[in-house]
Amino acid sequence: MPEIQLPASLRDVEPVRSVRTPAQLDYTFTAGDATSRFLRGITQKKIIGQQATPQSKVYVPPRGADPELGAATPIEVEVAQVGTVTSFCVVNLQFYGSGMEIPYTSALILLDGADLSIMHLIQEIPADQVRIGMRVEAVWRDDADIEPTLESIKWFRPTGEPDDVNVRIPGEKRGTGLGSWVGGVAPTELVVRNPRTGVGGTEADGGEG
Amino acid sequence: MRDIAIISFDQTPARRSVPELNEVEMLMPAIHGALAKVDMTIDDIGFTCSGSTDYLAGTAFSFVSTLDGVGPWPPIQESHVEMDGAWALYEAWVKLQLGEIDTALVYAYAKSSPGDLPMVLTRQLDPITVAPLWADSVSLAALQARALLDAGKATEADLAEVAARSRRSALDNPNAQLAWDRPADDLLADGYHIAPLRKSDCPPITDGAACVILAAGDVARSKVSRPAWIRGIDHRVEPIHLGLRDLTVSESTRIAGEKAGVAGGEVDVAELHAPFSHQELILREALGLGDGTAINPSGGALAANPMMTAGLIRIGEVASRIWSGEANRGVAHATSGPCLQQNLVCVLEGEN
Repeated sequence: MPEIQLPASLRDVEPVRSVRTPAQLDYTFTAGDATSRFLRGITQKKIIGQQATPQSKVYVPPRGADPELGAATPIEVEVAQVGTVTSFCVVNLQFYGSGMEIPYTSALILLDGADLSIMHLIQEIPADQVRIGMRVEAVWRDDADIEPTLESIKWFRPTGEPDDVNVRIPGEKRGTGLGSWVGGVAPTELVVRNPRTGVGGTEADGGEG
Repeated sequence: MRDIAIISFDQTPARRSVPELNEVEMLMPAIHGALAKVDMTIDDIGFTCSGSTDYLAGTAFSFVSTLDGVGPWPPIQESHVEMDGAWALYEAWVKLQLGEIDTALVYAYAKSSPGDLPMVLTRQLDPITVAPLWADSVSLAALQARALLDAGKATEADLAEVAARSRRSALDNPNAQLAWDRPADDLLADGYHIAPLRKSDCPPITDGAACVILAAGDVARSKVSRPAWIRGIDHRVEPIHLGLRDLTVSESTRIAGEKAGVAGGEVDVAELHAPFSHQELILREALGLGDGTAINPSGGALAANPMMTAGLIRIGEVASRIWSGEANRGVAHATSGPCLQQNLVCVLEGEN
């Protein structure tokens, strides 16, 4: 390394080896139209999905746009408070900001009547007994504590119904466990029907058990 | 080189704050509008590219949910730049040059209202020596303006002329946020905001979105009678260290303008992305624009300044004037970073 010639005034100063530059920015978050309408439903202990057209997918929670149609979702559809676990994760590590006692289970739950699963907690069952296909129901806070937040649902618990053995990936007509990829093949026009044009999807059911 | 043209453009009205909508809800009308104007759907688009930044939304990966606004299922070819949409347009133009696709959709959006914009913009500064000082964007622009005045290259009256003309032009722009008619002398009577800048020398804080559609050759000709052909496009960046730059000139704009071929013909109209009044003077010099060129007939960024979007809007505004026949050849410019650090220049031309 070339020798650095410091000005005389800096020669006997301790070298800077690191700096700490903490930064904080504050934001005023607004949920937007679709999510606000959804959260107003939550304050009435209703889970209200949204869709762009009467035939299109029902999104819970709605984020403002139907990704199949690229359109707003003005139509409101109340969905069931019962659904099926489509995937889950047992959390064994404590992390900053989490007040949860470990281990606990975070799951994707496809509510009956919805085409998009919500992420929520599974409780009232040991973590090692949670499974894909398990039927669960929402457990609400006390009425006095209901607020416009999904945390107004404390968690989901097993209904005791038989498992749904035909559990499907939300929005798709095939079995779970493969993500959006089918047999190691990316979703292409052959395996995914384009909901706008009706083209494709001819191999959607091929080879699936 | 393939002939690539801008064939459609739409934008949302610029507003100080759009609290009732989230980003994708604010953005969708611009996408739907741009597609509808040329009777296209997302299935007619070969490549989609967007420009936005998480720092404004205060949300990680915020661009992922806004992609839903185009209808990206089944999967589409898509990309995103953490930059102004003008650079997303550049990426789309490169992709079109490869020859595999004939159409591209470019969109950009920002809600600046959730955070404190001049503070948020400090995060783009050098993280070791400048960002810890929280040197806000308006103060840095004021330093640049001071350097320009001290160099004798402009007066405060020159700045006021730019500010007055821009807001007057904006009276004809239904999407503008700041539009008024006050003479420059009147503006000079106002006190300083951050000396030597007055409030009138500074841009508004804006929430907004825009969308542009590009097409190649005969596809462009089939969609519009007079496509706005991209005759040249180039972008250059200068060092992040402000002390290494001469802030009274924009060397990166000069080089980009040269590479894009600005001097190759008459420039009827120029839309310059100059958020601060003195920056328009620097840009005009860098691009060699004379009195024969109409500067910022839309009002420019002084009339509406949606972050990540105002540069893309400049390209759309020039293209609109070529489609209408109002201009035959125009220059659009976009900037990014403090004190015109990074600059893109695009030359657009109609066919007679």
